[in-house]
Amino acid sequence: MTDEKDMQFAAVLESLKDVPGPVMMAMQKAQDIYGYLPLEVQLKIADYFGVPLSTVYGIATFYSQFRLEQPGQIKIAVCLGTACYVKGSGGVIDKFSRLLSVEPGHTTSDGRFTLEATRCIGCCGLAPVLTVNGEVYGKVTEDSVDEILAKYNEA
Amino acid sequence: MKTLQQLQEIRDRLKPMITERAEGAKVSAGQPRKSILVCGGTGCTSGNSKILHDNFIALLKEHGLQDEVKVIMTGCFGLCSKGPIAVVYPDGSFYTHLKPDDAKEIVEQHIIGGTPVERLLHAEKDIHGQLKSINDTDFYRSQRRVVLRNCGVIDPENIDEYLATDGYKAYEKAVTTMTQQQVIDEIKKSGLRGRGGAGFSTGMKWQFTHDAPGTEKYVACNADEGDPGAFMDRSLLEGDPHAVIEAMMIAGYAVGAEHGVIYVRAEYPIAVHRLEVAIGQAREYGILGDNVMGLGKKFDLELRLGAGAFVCGEETALLNSAEGKRGEPRQRPPFPAVKGLFGKPTLINNVETYGNITQIILNGADWFASVGTEKSKGTKVFALGGKLENVGLVEIPMGTTLRTIVEDIGGGCPNGKKFKAAQTGGPSGGCIPSSLIDTPIDYDNLMAIGSMMGSGGLIVMDEDNCMVDIAKFFLEFTVDESCGKCTPCRIGNKRLLEMLDKVTKGEATLEDLDKMEELCYYIKDNSLCGLGQTAPNPVLSTLRYFRDEYEAHCNGKCPAGVCKALVSYKVDPDKCIGCTICARNCPVKAISGTVKQTHTIDPKKCIKCGVCASKCPKGAISK
Repeated sequence: MTDEKDMQFAAVLESLKDVPGPVMMAMQKAQDIYGYLPLEVQLKIADYFGVPLSTVYGIATFYSQFRLEQPGQIKIAVCLGTACYVKGSGGVIDKFSRLLSVEPGHTTSDGRFTLEATRCIGCCGLAPVLTVNGEVYGKVTEDSVDEILAKYNEA
Repeated sequence: MKTLQQLQEIRDRLKPMITERAEGAKVSAGQPRKSILVCGGTGCTSGNSKILHDNFIALLKEHGLQDEVKVIMTGCFGLCSKGPIAVVYPDGSFYTHLKPDDAKEIVEQHIIGGTPVERLLHAEKDIHGQLKSINDTDFYRSQRRVVLRNCGVIDPENIDEYLATDGYKAYEKAVTTMTQQQVIDEIKKSGLRGRGGAGFSTGMKWQFTHDAPGTEKYVACNADEGDPGAFMDRSLLEGDPHAVIEAMMIAGYAVGAEHGVIYVRAEYPIAVHRLEVAIGQAREYGILGDNVMGLGKKFDLELRLGAGAFVCGEETALLNSAEGKRGEPRQRPPFPAVKGLFGKPTLINNVETYGNITQIILNGADWFASVGTEKSKGTKVFALGGKLENVGLVEIPMGTTLRTIVEDIGGGCPNGKKFKAAQTGGPSGGCIPSSLIDTPIDYDNLMAIGSMMGSGGLIVMDEDNCMVDIAKFFLEFTVDESCGKCTPCRIGNKRLLEMLDKVTKGEATLEDLDKMEELCYYIKDNSLCGLGQTAPNPVLSTLRYFRDEYEAHCNGKCPAGVCKALVSYKVDPDKCIGCTICARNCPVKAISGTVKQTHTIDPKKCIKCGVCASKCPKGAISK
C-alpha cells in the first residue's frame, strides 16, 4: 500500500463524513483505489464510521463485487448471463478453468490470471461474451479461448 | 439557472434539428444537411462504435463538413446483433456491422458522393428487391416506441436535445396546471402497472406514498436490473436519462418528496456515467435544486451504486442496500410507501415505469390507455436474447403475440432450428412452450400460463437446449443469489437444486419429480421475499410443459444431448478416415487409433468436452 493511495482513501472517508448510510460507498471507493479490500482497509472504514468490523465484513461478503484477495494482473470475466449461457458460455469458462488450472472466482498461483464468472454485462447481441481487463470479446467459442490466452501469454 | 422562457427558447431552437432526424425529412435552412447517428449503447460500444463515431467527426472535419453534417452518439437502437449500427438521415440509410474504418467509405462515397455504401447497408430487401429503410424492416415494423422514443434519436449527454423533444414540459405542466392528486389520478386512470415484474398499479403506489404521514419522503428508482439477459433499464438510462429524471421529479411533486435516489447497478458504467452527466446538466439549468425551474419546488437526486447482488432488485432489499447495508429484504408490512429509505415513506418504481410518466402527463391517460389489452395498458420493452436472428431491444404494444416477437421481430431461430420455448421473467419467471406461441403477451396471460412478465428479459431456446438444464441454470443462479435470511429460500432452493442435479445425472426416479414439485410449492408459499417466492418457477413451468424431458432424464437420456453425464461421444467407423485430428486435440488423451485406422473413444477417460466432434473434418463423431 502506497502513501498516495492512503491519502486518496483518507480523502474519500472525509468526503463521506456527512452522507447518510456511507459504509458501502466507502468500501466501493476503497476498492477502486486498492483493487481489493484488505483487512486493514476494512478496519479503517469500521473505525471511521463507528461500526463493528463484522458489519463491514458482512457487507464485503454479501456483494459479489467486493474482493478480499488481491486480483491477478489479467482479469478474464466470462459472462454467464442467460443469453450467453444458452449460446455456450458454460463451455468457454470450463475451458479457461481447465487450461489455467484455476476455479472461477480465483487467481492462478503465479498471480497472473483471475478467472471470473460474471452476470449479464449487457451486450447480449454479442453473446457469448467475455472481457479481458475490460476489453470485450464477442461471439467467442471454445476455440477462441486458445487464441485469447495465446495473445496474453505473449504480452 | 434557466428561466421557463429560456428553456422554451432552447426547445424552439433545437426542435427542427431533432425532427429532421427522420426518414425523408425536409431539411430547413440553417440546419445540418445530414445527421449521422451512431449507436452508443453497451452492445455497440463493445464493438468499438465510439472509435467509429470519432472517426466520422475527424473525417468530416478533414473535408470541412463539420457544420453541414452532424454526428451524434445516441442511445441504443435496439438491433444489437447487427451492431455497431449507424443511421444517416434524412436518407434513412441503415448501416449495420460497421467497423471503425468504414467511416471513411461512408463519408467519401455517401456523404460527399451522395451514394449510400451498399455493402454496409442492412441487407433486408422488400418484394421488389429494394433494400428496406430502417422503419420498414421486420425488426422495427411491429414495434411501438413510447418508452424508447428518444433512444437512438437524441444525444443522451446533451440536455438541450432532450428539451427539444418537449423535455421537462411534463413537469412544468404537472406543477403549474395540476394538483398533486390530479397527477396521481391521471397515472391511476392510465392503467400503468409496474414494469419491474409484479405489475402492481403505479397510481396506487403513488397514492399510498402520498397518503403516508410524514413531512420527509423519498422517491426511488430501481435500476438494479439483475435478471441475466435483460437490459431494458440499462438501455433507457443510457439512451434517455433525462426522461427518468423528469419522471422522478413529477413523482416527487405528486407524493410530496424533495429527495430522489437512483439505485443503479455498478456493472452498468455507461448508464452511470450518463446519469451523472444528466444530473449535472439538470442542476446547472436549475432543473434540479432548491427552486426547480423557478417554480418554487425543491427536488434533487443522488445515485447509489449496487455492488452485484440480484436480491437488491427486490424493493426492500434495495432500500437496505441504498442505506449502505447488506441487501437483505425486510418484512412487509410496513410497505416502503409507509416506512422506506431511512425509515421515511418512499415511492419505488422501476426505470421503465418512470419512462412512461412524462408521456402520460403530456398526452393524457386516455392516449396511453388506448394501447394495450384490457388490464395491461401501454407498451412493454423486452430484451430479446438467445437463439434468435435479431437479438436486441424491442418495445411492443401489450397484447402482441409471442409469435410476432419471435418470428417477425426476432427473425426466428438461426440455422433453421426449431423454436422450443421462450423464457420470460428470467430466474423468477417460467418458460412458454411453442404450443402457446400465439398467447398475447400481457401480465395476466403470462401469469395464467405459469410464467410472468418480469422486467422484460425474453430468452429464446431452440431444439438444442435442454429444458432441465435451463431450469438448473436458473436455479443455480437463485441459489447463488439467495441472501440467506429466510430458511425456505436458503435451504429449500438448495435441496431443490440437488434434486435437479440428480435429474441431469440420470439418477432421479419418477417419484423424485413429484417430490420436487411439492418442494417447489413449499418454497413459493413460505419465502420472505419475491426472490424466494418465485425461485421455483423455472422448475415448475418446465415440469409442466416439458415433463417428458424430465422423465427421459430419469430413464438415462437427455433428448437435447446437453447434460454431460447422459451423453457419450462415439466415432462412426464408416465416416472415420483415421486422420488423427481428434486424438491430437483431445485434452485428456481419451482417443486411441493409428493413422488411417478407425479411432475409438475411451468413455472412462472422456470428459465430454466435445472438442473431438467440433474438430472432426468428416463429422464422424457424434453424441
